[in-house]
Amino acid sequence: MPVSKLVGARVKRREDPRLIRGLGQYVDDVNLPNTLHVAILRSPYAHAKIKSLESDAARQHPGVVAVVTGSEIKDQIGTLPVSGGNETLRVPKHYVLAVDKVCYIGEGVAAVVAEDRYTARDALDLIQVEYEPLPVVADPEKALAPGSPVIHSEWSDNVAFRSEQKQGNLTQAFKEADKIIKQRLVHQRLAPIAVEPRGVVAHYLSSDKELTVWSSTQIPHMLKSNLAQMLKLPENEVRVIAPEVGGGFGSKLNVYAEEGLLGYLALKLDRPVKWIEERSENFQATIHGRGQVGEVEAAVKKDGTILGLRYKVIADIGAYHQLFTPAIPPFTGLMLSGCYKIPAISMELTAVFTNKMSTDAYRGAGRPEATYVIERMVDRIAQELKIDPVKVRRKNFPKPTEFPFKTATGLAYDSGNYQLALSKALKLAGYEKLRRDQKRLRNQGKYLGVGVSTYVEICAMGPKGMWEYGKVQVEPNGKVTVLSGASPHGQGQETSFAQIVADELGIELDDITVIHGDTAAVPKGIGTFGSRATAVGGIAVYQSAQKVKEKARELASHLLEVDPDDLNFAEGRFSVKGVPRKGFTIKQIAQEAHQGGRFPKKMDPRLVSESSFEPSNFTFPFGTHICVVEVEPQTGTVEIKKYIAVDDCGKVINPLLVDGQIQGGIVQGMGQALFEEVIYDENGQLLTGSLMSYALPRAADLPRLNLTRTETPTPVNPLGIKGIGEAGTIGSTPAVVNAVVDALAPFGVTHIDMPLTPQKIWSLCQEAKAAGSGGRR
Amino acid sequence: MIPAAFDYIAPESLDEAVRALAAHGEEAKLLAGGHSLLPLLKLRLANPKLLIDLSKIPGLRNISQQDDKIVVGALATHYQIESAELLKAKCPLLPQTARGIGDVQVRNRGTIGGSLTHADPSADWPAAILALGGELKLSGPKGERPIAAEEFFLGTMTTAMDLTEILTEIRLPVSSRRYGSAYLKMAQQASGFAIVGVAVWLRLAQDGRCEDIGVGVTGLSEKPFRARTVEAGLRGNKLTPKLIEESAPHVTEGIDPMEDLHASAKFRAHLAQVYTSRALQEAVKRAVGRKV
Repeated sequence: MPVSKLVGARVKRREDPRLIRGLGQYVDDVNLPNTLHVAILRSPYAHAKIKSLESDAARQHPGVVAVVTGSEIKDQIGTLPVSGGNETLRVPKHYVLAVDKVCYIGEGVAAVVAEDRYTARDALDLIQVEYEPLPVVADPEKALAPGSPVIHSEWSDNVAFRSEQKQGNLTQAFKEADKIIKQRLVHQRLAPIAVEPRGVVAHYLSSDKELTVWSSTQIPHMLKSNLAQMLKLPENEVRVIAPEVGGGFGSKLNVYAEEGLLGYLALKLDRPVKWIEERSENFQATIHGRGQVGEVEAAVKKDGTILGLRYKVIADIGAYHQLFTPAIPPFTGLMLSGCYKIPAISMELTAVFTNKMSTDAYRGAGRPEATYVIERMVDRIAQELKIDPVKVRRKNFPKPTEFPFKTATGLAYDSGNYQLALSKALKLAGYEKLRRDQKRLRNQGKYLGVGVSTYVEICAMGPKGMWEYGKVQVEPNGKVTVLSGASPHGQGQETSFAQIVADELGIELDDITVIHGDTAAVPKGIGTFGSRATAVGGIAVYQSAQKVKEKARELASHLLEVDPDDLNFAEGRFSVKGVPRKGFTIKQIAQEAHQGGRFPKKMDPRLVSESSFEPSNFTFPFGTHICVVEVEPQTGTVEIKKYIAVDDCGKVINPLLVDGQIQGGIVQGMGQALFEEVIYDENGQLLTGSLMSYALPRAADLPRLNLTRTETPTPVNPLGIKGIGEAGTIGSTPAVVNAVVDALAPFGVTHIDMPLTPQKIWSLCQEAKAAGSGGRR
Repeated sequence: MIPAAFDYIAPESLDEAVRALAAHGEEAKLLAGGHSLLPLLKLRLANPKLLIDLSKIPGLRNISQQDDKIVVGALATHYQIESAELLKAKCPLLPQTARGIGDVQVRNRGTIGGSLTHADPSADWPAAILALGGELKLSGPKGERPIAAEEFFLGTMTTAMDLTEILTEIRLPVSSRRYGSAYLKMAQQASGFAIVGVAVWLRLAQDGRCEDIGVGVTGLSEKPFRARTVEAGLRGNKLTPKLIEESAPHVTEGIDPMEDLHASAKFRAHLAQVYTSRALQEAVKRAVGRKV
């Protein structure tokens, strides 16, 4: 890499001026003439037969243009797609509207299309559906019990798929162990809650045979292919546009029923149609994350050496698979080794159907579960063996010289220095002093807790087909257009990609425009998820810029009649070595390349280049998070006093963006630890269906975060960058839980399931007091 | 989140509003800050035919002192109350309560009258108004009538207000001489409403004994109430930490605590005792600190 001006600099987000001023154009801002509005009637039952559906009154309501039901359209729209999974995968037919039975609260039953949103909503109340309630399967563990009601009658039980990931000699590990530590862990269901709910506008231009779908999605290209398939259209007749997207966190890494339905309605009615999700629909009918219940067993030596780990887990899939539902839980198995040398590891996974919304990718997607398992277990081990949890971590870390480090789960961690991140975090936290303070405060009846989490995660998806596309095009006037198949929706790649290109071509940031999210503008792409946009998409852009520069060099050499090797490049200008006044700027070369006449015959016009990048391996960002809490046993409240994060995502393009990703990630992880939980009752009713009952973390709940980094570049890509979109979420949850459990050690508390609500904490302290171990050690 | 169709009027006098309400009865709903009503409309849990917007009626937002009473207009926003200098000086329990309500946006729109008449059992205001021994003024077709706060709340979202009445103002005693007050709550994490909220207002005599006291409790049971037993145990006595510790547990006497997703009955009852004790201690501290 040349000396960089912009890469590594805290460049302010170029996206922000339009967003801050309310100028961002989201799906709901797409207003086409003659648009019809769609409202969806959703099931109030978690499991029921649809005995009859009477929609005449709705159809006759003034302003209603159409009412469609599942049984009417089931043969005209394909079922929803599913990716991933193994040979045991069971895929129930997932129609865009329920056909003869409903399997979760919020499942679409019918849709009204009307001249305006109000009429569409009014008409929903005129549809009469007669349901015959069926027994509900709400609890994933009970779903597996013999005699449980079965949701999908094609099969004899509720198993969605099974898998066993097993490496190393577990029998031996458990035989050689001095101690076996067991723990049951619950990873509660979470709602992703992007600020902008989903939304779709679809318009079919019959003259041009083009269906355009605007959707609040993270994956316009994948959506395009899937929609073409569902709607039985040639792929070149479908265009998907992801305009401004107000966050996704994985929830928009999907193909949803409404996307297929709106496409169908646009084709059928020959008018634009629009559907904007309401927040209550977002709770019911946008995917949830996590949802695992597992039993962990760790085989350890007295000195804290971990010999083996078994994780037997049930994954709560919900009623159907969404796009990547079967792909998520196996990530947990892959990452169970954490940042430790564990010779034998197994994960026995049973995924079960329940009468709930599907689970799928949510920030971290399987890896937070793995990190939570291993980081909680390391603390459990430390507590059982009465060793400082930091020591147990150090004991099991691979050395920096051991990279690429091969785990028992079959991965090769690209690069790392776990010791460095840990010691830096300990120093910043003042760990030794914290332990002394803790001791002193306990004697005063105050409960300070220190939680450490040393995480590693897998990202930059990835090898084996998960490439990304980038194109760099210098316009005749010297301005540069960058096109990317990544589809950023808040991460800031309009800034970071421009930084990469500006440095490479020696031009100004303001001369660069980054375009993404439109399948007609960007010929191919995969999308933004799995912390891949920069570490994969950014590399494709970087390589294209390099190719453009090489072409410019070639043309400059032709124009200057010197050998390409006799050219210097600096500040966006090629000049003849030794004769600096003889030269051409990129801008001048772009003009020459466009006008023709002066460039070599064999050369294509224009300074344009494209490339795709597929990494040879994943990347493995890592770090240490330390959380300090004070817990008040009398009320069960937790106050986060201090939070230190040392993250390593390799080389950094823009520290400001990285900090933003880490902050947001940490806060989301704290949300899981302390506040959030999607709760369905035994009848499958969603009890946390609004932001009045589902608690998201708020600024006032949280401390100032103390963020810093170490920098261990990855050898996997030429920029040495690893990805940072999910690391904060992955690292923070166990740090917070470990801190609270540590604070409550005098009460004999060894584990609390998330979220750590005041009531749970208070109850545990009460139980401890009743048992006589109340608060003294 | 789209309400059913409704008509809307914004009368410019109280008389006009009273007449409109009398004419439409159950089919009409009064609109103040809208923070309780609009969600109900959008979820179609309430489907009134007519909304009577009170915002154009002059005077309903005023906060003033009339003789020895503080008078707060029913349409005063939480923020107005939080920031009113008069209240900070002469009835600080109100701003102390206001600042814990919702967030800035909610406080800028939501009104005290809207909150009191909606009578959510977890709302903050009832605790403070009960502790202060407030009086509510209602206007209806038969004219005006005052009602004591203690008689106003009947249960979850039910009050002693007639369907044709409008709450116009809340009257509270001016706090003076060696008084202290506090409102403490454990907020429900998502909504900010009180899982339990306890408001205390008290005045000390020259010799340090408790001369007068009001303890208002919200969130604990289906109706907010005044903790008379706790008050009785403290009135006339020196408010030592020990006495407070002994008296606070009486707050749950005869009460059937609510239970929901966020707190069991047992936890609520426990919290009520803890917060009663803490609010009392805080109020005493402030009263002692005041010295005059």
